[in-house]
Amino acid sequence: MLKDIFYFLIFPGLLFAFVGGGFLSWFDRKITARLQFRVGPPLLQPLYDFIKLLGKETIMPMDAAKTLFFLAPVFAVAGAVLSCVLILLPAFGMTAGFRADIIVVFYLLMIPSLSYILGAIASGNPLASLGASREMKLIIGYELSLLLVVAAVILKAGNSISIYEIIYVQQQQGAFIGSISGVLLFITAMMCVQAKLAFVPFDIADAETEIAGGIFLECSGIILAMVKLAKYIMLLALPAFVVVILLGGFRLEGIHILWSVLKLLGVVLLITLVRNTNPRLTVGQSMRFFFIWMNLIAIVAIVLTYFGL
Amino acid sequence: MFHFAGASCNNCDIEILDCLTPRYDVERFGMVLVGSVRHADVLLVTGSINQKCRSRLLEVYRQAPKPVVVVAIGACGCTGGIFAEGNTFAGPVDKIIPVDLYIPGCPPKPEAMLAGIVKFLNK
Repeated sequence: MLKDIFYFLIFPGLLFAFVGGGFLSWFDRKITARLQFRVGPPLLQPLYDFIKLLGKETIMPMDAAKTLFFLAPVFAVAGAVLSCVLILLPAFGMTAGFRADIIVVFYLLMIPSLSYILGAIASGNPLASLGASREMKLIIGYELSLLLVVAAVILKAGNSISIYEIIYVQQQQGAFIGSISGVLLFITAMMCVQAKLAFVPFDIADAETEIAGGIFLECSGIILAMVKLAKYIMLLALPAFVVVILLGGFRLEGIHILWSVLKLLGVVLLITLVRNTNPRLTVGQSMRFFFIWMNLIAIVAIVLTYFGL
Repeated sequence: MFHFAGASCNNCDIEILDCLTPRYDVERFGMVLVGSVRHADVLLVTGSINQKCRSRLLEVYRQAPKPVVVVAIGACGCTGGIFAEGNTFAGPVDKIIPVDLYIPGCPPKPEAMLAGIVKFLNK
């Protein structure tokens, strides 16, 4: 029991995920700045942002469903931390204690987006509910593709539904990305991660220039701090998920630590590059992108996997 | 930062956009432009405030989570500039909401804005 609380709150839970995710958030902002020939923010900027928001006034909109509006970001943080724990525990070589955790992680990763939708609808702002409806459409789009990716990974790992065994298989036979189907799955997974993080080609739900921040429009003070915290943690959890299911996971011995960190940074770097070189898609374009192209690629990858390619 | 433009001639607004460009890069100091005043810590007010803008400026200020830093940019925001005698003029910004930082100039250079912000941060 005490061990579980330690896992959840300290390592690899809340505290570790905050530090790691904050660092990755800085990394993302710094790379963005360097790509635009700017200097970029200082290293501790995510920490400053978070602490500053804790000290600010929290405004409750007059029309809001107050309890839900306040609790939704807390749900988001809880879901993000739980998924982070369940991804990182097997990745660091500890079993999560039950089988089928890849299914659980798949659903836990959806909780932050769902909580944002609840919070946005509860805030009573028309632009925020517009953002919520867009986010809902985006979820309908990418969730099937991600499910197909997970199914293909399970098939590749010899019908194993435990993340620990998936990593074990990859460390015995080489990472899944080393095959044609693996590359296709990696492309699909990266696009789903991009949409899950609401980064630029798919930032239709919080488009600042169109709907002024969308789902997060009414968030201020502690509520915005919680949203930021959930976003930092997701920026650690989702790339870690991709590394775990396709790139062979992490290894914590000798030179492998460096490789593990580089894998994670490489995935975040790819996400940042896609984010900085693409314009925002419309709702219809992104739905079509996932429904037709990404699902097609994932299904081709599943068929290739079936034939052992 | 949230940017409220009053009855501005847009010159100060363009100079504010200059602060975001690679040459001046205000993100060095951790500042980014946000879309909603709820996310803002700094309220930039440019242009002369006339009778129509006055209530809107008050509303935007009321909606901003406190503590918020109000920066009056340009001669019109600080004193009224050439509009100070006009009959629709509702007073310089500090007659309407408390102002923390004045950056005069018509328009102020981006360097002047950054220098003002950095001096304020180090205070």
